[in-house]
Amino acid sequence: MATETSSESAGTTAVVAKANEQIGGAYRALEAFSAKRVRNLGILLAVVVVFSVYAITQDGGRIYLQRIFDSLNNGFVYGAVAIALVLIYKATGVINFAQGEMAMFGTFLMIDLHDYRGLPVWLAILGAMVISAAGAAGIERTLIRPFDPTNHLSIVMVTLSIFFIINGLVPVLYGIDPEAVPTPFPGAKDDFFNLFGVRIRYENLGIWITVGLAVLLISLLLKRTKIGLAFRSVSSNLESSRLVGISTGRTLQFGWALAAAVGTLAACLVARFNQPIDFNFMGKVLIFSFAAATLGGLDSVLGAVIAGLMVGVAETMLGGYVELIGSELALLVALAIIVVVLVVRPSGLFGSKKVERV
Amino acid sequence: MTERVLDVSGLEAGYGQIKVLRGIDLHVDKGEAVVVLGANGAGKTTTLRAICQMISTKGSVKVRGKEMIGRSTPDVVRAGVAHVPQGRGTFPDLSVEDNLEAGAFVRKDKAGVRQDRDLWFSVFPRLGERRAQLAGSLSGGEQQMLAVARAMMSRPELLLLDEPSLGLAPIIVQDLFRRFGEINKQQGVTMLVVEQNASLAFGLADRAYVLEAGQIALSGSAAELREDDAVRKAYLGY
Repeated sequence: MATETSSESAGTTAVVAKANEQIGGAYRALEAFSAKRVRNLGILLAVVVVFSVYAITQDGGRIYLQRIFDSLNNGFVYGAVAIALVLIYKATGVINFAQGEMAMFGTFLMIDLHDYRGLPVWLAILGAMVISAAGAAGIERTLIRPFDPTNHLSIVMVTLSIFFIINGLVPVLYGIDPEAVPTPFPGAKDDFFNLFGVRIRYENLGIWITVGLAVLLISLLLKRTKIGLAFRSVSSNLESSRLVGISTGRTLQFGWALAAAVGTLAACLVARFNQPIDFNFMGKVLIFSFAAATLGGLDSVLGAVIAGLMVGVAETMLGGYVELIGSELALLVALAIIVVVLVVRPSGLFGSKKVERV
Repeated sequence: MTERVLDVSGLEAGYGQIKVLRGIDLHVDKGEAVVVLGANGAGKTTTLRAICQMISTKGSVKVRGKEMIGRSTPDVVRAGVAHVPQGRGTFPDLSVEDNLEAGAFVRKDKAGVRQDRDLWFSVFPRLGERRAQLAGSLSGGEQQMLAVARAMMSRPELLLLDEPSLGLAPIIVQDLFRRFGEINKQQGVTMLVVEQNASLAFGLADRAYVLEAGQIALSGSAAELREDDAVRKAYLGY
């Protein structure tokens, strides 16, 4: 009996060992495949070209261009929300799952300030950004800072709970009726101009410029200012930051506030295209932004924007030309991007692989 | 009477349930270089971490007469203490230049900071050559230079060095200790060095403490302790 069991277990061990070896081999093959960066970029480019040729022969060049320009809207917004995710990730090493809901709250604040308190749209957006930033600073102080910053799991759980709290709070405060969203840009039906036969709406142009400026400001803030230096130091080495006299809590708080302000700005801009909005409208946006942040490498601000644009274009083009995907399965595109990036190139397109000699 | 830059008495500290320091008394006067010797686990690193309030502590830590217990680490830095931690503790994702800039975080005089940065680039030309490079890509010796230069960027009254020789080639260590000597004697920076390499440490130090199991076992001038039989057997190996 005993010998039987042991020989059986020996058999199982052999099978397990073989399976392990095969899985290991598969991963090594994948790694070897992904190591050849130039070739992979070539493959990506070839796929894009083939798809473009197919798309142009299908519906003509003008619609192709129109779709690309239309997709930039979403792209910029995904990029902006991805920046918010990246800022928190750099500082704390975790994804803030509540980022989308915080931004959603910010959008309702904006509508509140505009519709019921009579502020002009621009001021309402700025006001909502300031309130979001203050709120995020408060969240950081009360819900994040008490936890050990090296214990990522507990912080992730806290951000998840913030997600549910805000998602439950907003319908209580503002009701569940869908709301119309104001825009700061000329948004009437005929507010557009033509470029190469492509219709460009002023409203869209406004979004591109706004997000572009926001990215520029954030980059300058991080690279050129003292608080930016503190933020980068804290992201790089928490303990040494304390040893040079940086108060790490306040620096992380700054990161949370900045991320919330950017998130609210992006949500206010994207809400217009999903109107009337209810308290769940950021769910889809957040998933595309996750994809953008992953593709961009999670720790690069500029990478997040470029990846956001790529994700936006991919969503619109695949949804537009591949009937099977349409708009219903567009979310799958985002999820597929996340999975492929994590398997082939976990550090994303622009993320820093940790270079460290020890 | 010379100024007491650091005055530690009855210092207790530990991690969770484990008590590492069991009442330590030591002091460092202005301009001195003092070394703390001890075996692995004696509490050398913990002593420095406790002085900087990086762990919860009991007793008294006075920096230039001001009590630091209960204050935050940035407060201790602002009081004039710079700490080069074990393992160097540079910012690997920041350029060499930004590392130095971060070292001067508590200072307000921009022009002075720029001057000091250039000064340290001339003291350590290797760092100057690599000023735009990420600190994480430097060699061990270069990282230690960077860590020291970064600490000096805050113009400290007291420099704490935690096993600067760890993991470096002997020739690099000798060069580093020569630099420490210059920083101490020529620039007049007070130093507290934790070290396992006793012969090197005695070369640098005016006075020494020997730490055993979380308590000061011996103290005296470097010359005295160098001749002490127990110290010689335990730390110098002859």
